[in-house]
Amino acid sequence: MAGIVQFENVGLRYGTGAETLSDLSFSLAQGGFYFLTGPSGAGKTSLLKMLYLAQRPSRGSIRLFGEDVVQLRRTRLPGFRRRIGMVFQDFRLIPHLSAFDNIALPLRIAGVDERDLVTPVREMLAWVGLADRASARPPTLSGGEQQRVAIARAVIGRPEMLVADEPTGNVDPEMAARLLHLFDALNTLGTTIIVATHDIHLLSRVASANVMRLDRGQLQDPTGALRYPPRPDFGQEARP
Amino acid sequence: MMMFGASKADRRLLPEGRLAGPMPWVIAIMMFLTALAAAGGLAMESAAARLGADLGRQVTVQIVLADPAKRDQEADAARQLLARQQGVTEVRRIGNDEMQALLRPWLGDAGLERDLPLPAMIDVSLSRAGRDRLGAITNALRTAAPHARLDDHASWLAPLVSLIRALGLLAGGIVALMVGATAAAVVLAARTALNTHRQTIDVMHLMGATDVQIARLFQRRIALDALFGGVLGLVGAVGVILLLGERMREIGSELVGSIALPWTAWIVLLALPLLAGVLALTVARITVQRALGRTL
Repeated sequence: MAGIVQFENVGLRYGTGAETLSDLSFSLAQGGFYFLTGPSGAGKTSLLKMLYLAQRPSRGSIRLFGEDVVQLRRTRLPGFRRRIGMVFQDFRLIPHLSAFDNIALPLRIAGVDERDLVTPVREMLAWVGLADRASARPPTLSGGEQQRVAIARAVIGRPEMLVADEPTGNVDPEMAARLLHLFDALNTLGTTIIVATHDIHLLSRVASANVMRLDRGQLQDPTGALRYPPRPDFGQEARP
Repeated sequence: MMMFGASKADRRLLPEGRLAGPMPWVIAIMMFLTALAAAGGLAMESAAARLGADLGRQVTVQIVLADPAKRDQEADAARQLLARQQGVTEVRRIGNDEMQALLRPWLGDAGLERDLPLPAMIDVSLSRAGRDRLGAITNALRTAAPHARLDDHASWLAPLVSLIRALGLLAGGIVALMVGATAAAVVLAARTALNTHRQTIDVMHLMGATDVQIARLFQRRIALDALFGGVLGLVGAVGVILLLGERMREIGSELVGSIALPWTAWIVLLALPLLAGVLALTVARITVQRALGRTL
């Protein structure tokens, strides 16, 4: 499978402090399922920010969908961002919009006609178990419900890549299993999934998933599956 | 209906309703002052043009002679000569009764005795061509009536017209300053709105919204605020203008009466709120796009 994400010697520094992320070189295959783990402060969220184009690296090269996004002109970024779905740790739902409008937002931004978005949004609401909460605003929803709205919003546009930061942090185990099942289903349809999580129990829930472990800003890749450029002898045994 | 390029669903992204902030009221005050200054400037310009065109073509001939017979003789000669001159459109000798009426406010009835020697006065209207050959007319008049003295209204109107023009320019300057202040108010309003809705903007940005899409939300709101404030301010200003017009008509002076708003000026005034809306829309768009341009 072709690489959808390629990091090469990427470093990230905020201000003049030490590097938050150092010497990241890895490749993620299109259609792969990846868990990103590591202790708090390891740099998971910073790495995800670079993946969903909210942050440029301080050094190194990042290729997304086959293009160098570090040098990409700013005016071209929206087109790339529309190909990426995001689930934020703090949900980032728009508080004055209903659950329906929050989920419909990516479609509206993409210019989908109002008549064409009602059915998919209602289907998505039903899928995350919030069919009867379509007109509820985020402040009136529980943490778990907000998280489900955030996930529905991230996947409604059928993104090529889904980046999720602790997506099951606020839901019960049953809902966590359902959400992972949704991610797995999306992955089967070809979406590359990257899930940052603290929950080690999740890692075994998706059999086909690779695990990326960050520790003190550096990627631990004991299997070499994520190495970029790939090891010359890296073959079929490593997924993807 | 798409107004200013934002759909109904898009408009829900910014929750505040109309008149939520000080912006419409600030614009209303600015529009009130702008409309008054613009009306003043346009009226001054119109008055200066009218005074220059009409009163500037008037001259008065005075014949100051103590002997009434000689005075009448020179007055008749002057009147006949002037009537024959090319470029003279009207010659009218001011009658004795009219002269006394003009003097009565200063001298009173007691001062206007029958034997009070009054100069003979002749009002002369000139065409544009007549105005150009005023020198030749004056020379001819000296021959026919040696004691005639010609007062050119333009000579004392010129400083007045100049003053009126200067006041008109001052009003224009005030309008320009008000436009600048309005633009600055819009910039501040747009920046405040950007800060207030930072979270919504960040989320939209990360979902692939372009700067133009985001700017459209703000420019529409700010333009409508400006339009509302503009209409409100203009209504107030028109009320004041009509009241002032009424007071000026009551004065009954030809000079003050010449300060009036032509219909073209009313069109300009009525277009001001629309212009304020377009200005606000443009400034808001530029401000928001510039601010967004500094983000990733």
